[in-house]
Amino acid sequence: MTLPGHLLARAVSAARGRTNEGLVAVTLVGLALAVGFVDRRFWSLATVFNVLHDSFEPLVFSLGFLVVLLTGGIDVSFDAVGIFAGYTVARLAVASPWLAHNVPVAFLLATLIGVGLGGVNAVAIGALHLPVLIVTLGTRGIFTGFLLSAIGSTYVSVLPGTLVDFPTRDLVRVHASGGQSVGLHVLVLPLAVLCVVLSLFLTRTVTGRGLYAMGGDLEAARRAGFPIRLIQGGVLCLAGALSGLAGMIHVALIGYANPFDLVGMELNVIAAVVLGGASIFGGRGSVLGTVLGVLLVSLINYSLILLGIPSAWQRVAVGVLLVLGILAQTVARRPRRRAPTPLQVSP
Amino acid sequence: MSSPLLRLRGIAKRFGGVQALDRVDFAVDAGVVQCVVGENGSGKSTLIKIATGALPPDEGAIEIAGRSYSTLTPRLAIRHGIEAIYQDLALFPNLTVAENIALARYLGEETPFFRAGEARAIARRAMDYVGVRLDPDAFVDDLSMADKQITAICRALARDARVIFMDEPTAALTWREVESLFRVIRHLTARGVAVVFVSHKLDEVLAIGDRVTVLRNGLVVADGPRGTFDRRTLVHAMTGRAVLDQRQTRPVSPHAPVLLAVQRLTLAGVFEDISFRVRQGEILGFAGLLGSGAVDVLETLFGVRRADAGEVIIGGERRTIRDPSEAVARGIGYVPGDRLAQGLFLRHSVTLNIIASTLDAAPTRWGCLRWGAVGTLVGRVLAELRVAAPSPAVPVAYLSGGNQQRVVLARWIMRAPRILLLNGPTVGVDVGSKEEIHQLLRELSEKGIAMLIASDDIPELVALCHRILVMRRGRVSDELVGAEITEDALTHALQA
Repeated sequence: MTLPGHLLARAVSAARGRTNEGLVAVTLVGLALAVGFVDRRFWSLATVFNVLHDSFEPLVFSLGFLVVLLTGGIDVSFDAVGIFAGYTVARLAVASPWLAHNVPVAFLLATLIGVGLGGVNAVAIGALHLPVLIVTLGTRGIFTGFLLSAIGSTYVSVLPGTLVDFPTRDLVRVHASGGQSVGLHVLVLPLAVLCVVLSLFLTRTVTGRGLYAMGGDLEAARRAGFPIRLIQGGVLCLAGALSGLAGMIHVALIGYANPFDLVGMELNVIAAVVLGGASIFGGRGSVLGTVLGVLLVSLINYSLILLGIPSAWQRVAVGVLLVLGILAQTVARRPRRRAPTPLQVSP
Repeated sequence: MSSPLLRLRGIAKRFGGVQALDRVDFAVDAGVVQCVVGENGSGKSTLIKIATGALPPDEGAIEIAGRSYSTLTPRLAIRHGIEAIYQDLALFPNLTVAENIALARYLGEETPFFRAGEARAIARRAMDYVGVRLDPDAFVDDLSMADKQITAICRALARDARVIFMDEPTAALTWREVESLFRVIRHLTARGVAVVFVSHKLDEVLAIGDRVTVLRNGLVVADGPRGTFDRRTLVHAMTGRAVLDQRQTRPVSPHAPVLLAVQRLTLAGVFEDISFRVRQGEILGFAGLLGSGAVDVLETLFGVRRADAGEVIIGGERRTIRDPSEAVARGIGYVPGDRLAQGLFLRHSVTLNIIASTLDAAPTRWGCLRWGAVGTLVGRVLAELRVAAPSPAVPVAYLSGGNQQRVVLARWIMRAPRILLLNGPTVGVDVGSKEEIHQLLRELSEKGIAMLIASDDIPELVALCHRILVMRRGRVSDELVGAEITEDALTHALQA
């Protein structure tokens, strides 16, 4: 490796901490400063509130994706589970005024639907002994198809009961430069609690460390005595629960339920988790990193809109970020991985 | 002497038609290094698995601390302090040393909560016990193979292990690391822990063992204190035949053409000023410990690395070799040291592995391989090299170490090389197969192939080579020719 490359790797390695957290935080601040120099309106509390608001739903999806990824699995059914739960609850709320007036119950119900769908994933993976990615690619299609054929394919254009007021449940409001007011949504509190609880679970419990152990070496985890089947099933149910919750957040915040929604946002979620330092091969990642990764993706998308860049470029930007995130991980690890005598064999 | 920590009585185990263990008696005393040696398939692994509860025996009893069990479970074995460390170590590469050591203990105690500070303390205690210091916050991934091994040992000790089985613990270690592992083992036994050292490296067994048990075809064929064995008696017990572990080289004709001449070859910082000539049918050895540059000379000749200075003359013509494909085109073959990682496609068939380097020359019709003709060719080479495979279609991973090595050789034989470079040709191969591979190499050299062998296996070099260049710190420090080549002389030259 050339000298500048080596120095870069050292710097990256020092900044990334246990995962990429330091690096992502630096990028986040750097980007905020840079965009602010182009457009002064950007430096405001309104921006903070807006970016947080845009992050709620992807954050909850990302946390679900993270817990499975830590064990070495890639669960791609999260968007299907999310819209399944969110849309189903919206339809039930239309039918049941009681549900429509008890918002927390609606959220709980969506979460439980998510647990059920995660359970389907868990049973299928346990029974078929197939990789999580393969099974969830299949169940993703099954969930979507079942939703559209058995539950409904029509728009719920206005949510019933008190659900309709949900988007305006703000803790505080500030006036943005354009004369509109922007609020800090009440969801920020329960989601902060969720992050703290999940983080404590992952770092302070033996089962939580077990997720990392499984992602590091599944056979070693089995031999060490981790109940790996149970943990894998539990993690898939947890991911389902979080996806269901995220789907409900999606529906409640935009104020209508479209069963064809959420397709195409998987990339945002995967990019955010990987940017946050989680290894795509499992065994590495953190809640803090994921929060930062989600904020970074939201900030970029928000900045592009603010700067008037066509929205098609958002997908390009997120794709580039995904590659950069993985590159940052591999560059930082390369120098230490080198074998003492590198040699290859002719093919 | 007090009663043994662990005693197996009359243990028998069958797998299908194979009697893996046949009424084996085996005891491990506190504070003793108990070696178990045997060739592949002798029952060593089955013995470990039964003693640690991974497999139930068909017959016999396992006695621990005065109690007798007809079968153990892994949990029960661990509770009695009986642990096995397999070659793969079963560590978590993505977690820290402290986490690796402490998690196993937490799981055993069924503690629900994990505290990093406490984990570090557990790790430190285990490391103190072993007499080593590793950074408890280092990731296992970043450790050397030897430090990983030590982490695995500490993990066992954190669960209060009294008997530790180590399955081929030195397979992936350099000689320096082996030394430090031995220090750790001695430190442990001094504290009353028993270590069962399972290996087929006789030098190591004779260096570290207090007692030696020899298995052959599932039977204990010899058992006693180390002092009652030497290399010859051990080999005899393991193989059941007297292996002639001595030089069997036919002299090379002084008129044989020089196939390879190297003059003042230099790779800055690695080796310097290396000159030699190899005749047709000659076997030239490069003896040197890790870092001596011996392996690097071979890699440079094969074009894996590019020399900074010097001349390479192949068959009388000056050549520059920039990459392996050029080396292959000049009739040079290379059998790398780590055949598992570098030489074989483990999950693919024997056939595919053998033709992998000769696909351009393989029989084809309209650009497609003619599998019938390929099969005939492969069959011929397999017969010539006496590869024991159930069929050429089985994955190479299912073959024994010796046969895998033959498959690597077979691949090069297909190319009919004039010069063959070999790096540690029998690493990880058991004693019996080793002898057969040596015989094979001799036959190939008699057919006119010139060979360069880099090895740190002194008996191997002595058995094979017409001439040996001893390398130290990148230079040729000594040269032994013909009758000068003895184990003593070579050992002396290496240590001088």
